[in-house]
Amino acid sequence: MAKVTTPKPAELVTSIDLKPSGKEWMDTPAEIKPGTFCWGAKAKNLNIVEFPNARDWNPSEEDWKLPENWQEIFLTGMKNLLDKYRSFKVFMDICVRCGACADKCHFFIGSGDPKNMPVLRAELLRSVYRRYFTTSGKLLGKTAGGRELTIDVLKELWYYFYQCTECRRCSLFCPYGIDTAEITLMGRELMNLLGLNTDWISGPVANCYMKGNHLGLEPHAIMNSIEGMIDDIETITGIRINPSFNRKGAEILFVTPSGDLFADPGTFTCMGYLMLFHELGLDYTWSTYASEGGNFGFFTSNEMAKRLNSKIYAEAKRLGVKWIIGGECGHMWRVLTQYMDTWNGPADFLEVPVSPITGTRFDTSRSTKMIHITEFTADLIKNGKLKLDPSRNDDLIVTYHDSCNTSRGMGLLEEPRYIIENVCNHFHEMPENTIREQTFCCGSGTGLNASENMELRMRGGFPRANAVKFVKDRHGVNMLANICAIDRATLSASMDYWVPGVRVTGVHEMVANALVMKGEKERETNLRGEPLPGKEGN
Amino acid sequence: MKILLPLFVVVALVVIAFAGAQANLQAFFGIVVPYAAVAVFILGFIVRALKWGSSPVPFRIPTTAGQMKSFAPWIKQNKIDNPSSRLGVFARMALEVLVFRSLFRNTKTELHDGPKLVYGSEKFLWLAGLAFHWSFLIIFVRHFRFFMQDVPFVIKIMESLDSFLQIGAPLLYLTDVVLVGAVTYLFLRRVVMPQIKFISLPADYFPLFLILGIALSGILMRYFTKVHIVGVKGLVMGLLSFSPVIPEGIGSIFYVHLFLVSVLLVYFPMSKLMHMGGVFLSPTRNMANNNREVRHINPWNYPVHVHTYEEYENDFREKMKKAGLPVEKE
Repeated sequence: MAKVTTPKPAELVTSIDLKPSGKEWMDTPAEIKPGTFCWGAKAKNLNIVEFPNARDWNPSEEDWKLPENWQEIFLTGMKNLLDKYRSFKVFMDICVRCGACADKCHFFIGSGDPKNMPVLRAELLRSVYRRYFTTSGKLLGKTAGGRELTIDVLKELWYYFYQCTECRRCSLFCPYGIDTAEITLMGRELMNLLGLNTDWISGPVANCYMKGNHLGLEPHAIMNSIEGMIDDIETITGIRINPSFNRKGAEILFVTPSGDLFADPGTFTCMGYLMLFHELGLDYTWSTYASEGGNFGFFTSNEMAKRLNSKIYAEAKRLGVKWIIGGECGHMWRVLTQYMDTWNGPADFLEVPVSPITGTRFDTSRSTKMIHITEFTADLIKNGKLKLDPSRNDDLIVTYHDSCNTSRGMGLLEEPRYIIENVCNHFHEMPENTIREQTFCCGSGTGLNASENMELRMRGGFPRANAVKFVKDRHGVNMLANICAIDRATLSASMDYWVPGVRVTGVHEMVANALVMKGEKERETNLRGEPLPGKEGN
Repeated sequence: MKILLPLFVVVALVVIAFAGAQANLQAFFGIVVPYAAVAVFILGFIVRALKWGSSPVPFRIPTTAGQMKSFAPWIKQNKIDNPSSRLGVFARMALEVLVFRSLFRNTKTELHDGPKLVYGSEKFLWLAGLAFHWSFLIIFVRHFRFFMQDVPFVIKIMESLDSFLQIGAPLLYLTDVVLVGAVTYLFLRRVVMPQIKFISLPADYFPLFLILGIALSGILMRYFTKVHIVGVKGLVMGLLSFSPVIPEGIGSIFYVHLFLVSVLLVYFPMSKLMHMGGVFLSPTRNMANNNREVRHINPWNYPVHVHTYEEYENDFREKMKKAGLPVEKE
């Protein structure tokens, strides 16, 4: 594939015009621009998970090698989804196009492309709905806002449903709660029927299905990766940690996104989990089979998401654990909160989580039996079970990025903040319109964190980065904390592009830096191997 | 064209009704059309609601707009924006439906030099929406004086409050002014604001023109070209008691008003105006965020093909043994 260049930040900003003008959107086919889309899925990956119409294809070519009856497949699929989801049906019918959502989308703010206004993204599909599923649309066509499903329209739908990260920020502002995430989910299901997946999503899905995690790490590779971290931890703390894998009879199963095992700065977060659990003497195990907390299946079809998610409960059952802790991840927690129990529950073979350290019973998770690690840690800190030295993080001036999914699909806002305030001394919030329930996406969620669509990612990441720049200028912020593996990977790129000098960390990396462990040697460096504040001269 | 076509249609509707009344078709416009319209409205509304209701809600997907109910009593839940109980959901929905809480959050994004993104407060849409819907409701309720033999006390109170400024004779109703002002604003923003103009369809302009037509014809009757008010009441009471009569000399403008209302009723169930019913069915708003406490059942949940641990171990057994991992089968 040809190398795609990303414009410089200044050029990119100049190209943004938030006041759309020009021709009617219905008459303007999408221009599929390099740098703003991901490569098409490969047949071999779709075949692994028995997806239909598998073939190698390239979105930038004219011919998408669609099956002959693609239109029929699409419309039948749409009818099927309308019958299965009230949300979809209602959201197709009731939008009044008031425009409250228009400038709430990070992709619109970063691109000015009017079809990235959430209302219009939905209208792309709604126009097809009106033409084929409503009487007025069938009779009056365009006058009633209906539109033929042509090949150009199909391409446009594909293009814009892969420019939405299902972050739900628009749904917060909609007077009827219309959720573009829901519409994009449906849109992508329809694309899936036609084999129109992207390589960056279908590859991890196939990996996760066969090997247990998106990265395709085989059992020994997972262990190797963690052993590398253990060596580093020993160098830094003098303590040798000995975690267990696939161990039957452990009290707790720990599941985290595989991104934490693979690349910086996620690995530092993972070291944080390891150190915390060791210090507590927690009776827990990792699993190589259920070695993925995230769920890229969620970005293809509901069924695929369920198939991948099933491993967590299945493994908990096989190992005979009592309950589950989940690591820092965004969409993982939307899936675990709003879908897992419905798909693969009831987890009646597990027990309501009770912290063995504090005795706290996590009743709010009494059905799913799975708690978020920031809940676990916040409880430890509140009960004074951790010896913390926040001054070890004194070189950090921290701000916190709420993940879309933990904010708007869960409401986990204060737990991570409580931890941050206890493990570092310099914490500043970004402006209120950009955090908590109004948080902006990193710009690369829902499987858009590829490299060939870097321009799109940087555009989508602009509002978040701009808010970071605000606190960098005002307070000298140099560290962006978060609780999401995709954030850790993608915000690093976005910071380098928009706000150089700001780095990215998981919350548990900071916890582990501040954590005073029993029997540790005097620490000289943080988990990144950089001198601790006051130790620079050593 | 997006604007002119709906405008033309509404003008045509006015002309049709006016000409009809002039041509002695009062019985058609005064009896047949209203009956048909009400029937279409009721049936259409029910059919649409049943259509929505026939699709299940497979997942519990509230948009959480504040701190969840935490395991920890020392973390304060936002019980309205992230409700975990029925009462919380009720409060959230009530605020949504009665005072448009989500719309109240509205901001306006501006890109300044720097580059610097600024999110300013933007309450005009909320204000105009609220003014429009509430004045429409009050005007609708005020009309009950035509539907009942004796005007109920509540309506009399409402009327006197509505006209407390005591301007002119007949007294000016504030809601008349507010409604026309709000509809005009809602129309102008679709013409003036580039984003809104870009997304607007004929189906957005048509109801605005139609409602403006209804309001203006009503105002015309009340304040300017007077109609025979006793006759109007006689006609309405006749319709309601299913013994319709057409009193003499009501005035053509009344038939225009009635016809536009009838068109609105017919148009309602097949249009975006159904947001009135749909808002109550929106799963992102009407569900509690108690997913981890109470399992939600999906009626069409079905078994799926999964890659089992056994298959996984079969794929990797040798590697697992070599790495020292426990296996189920040697």
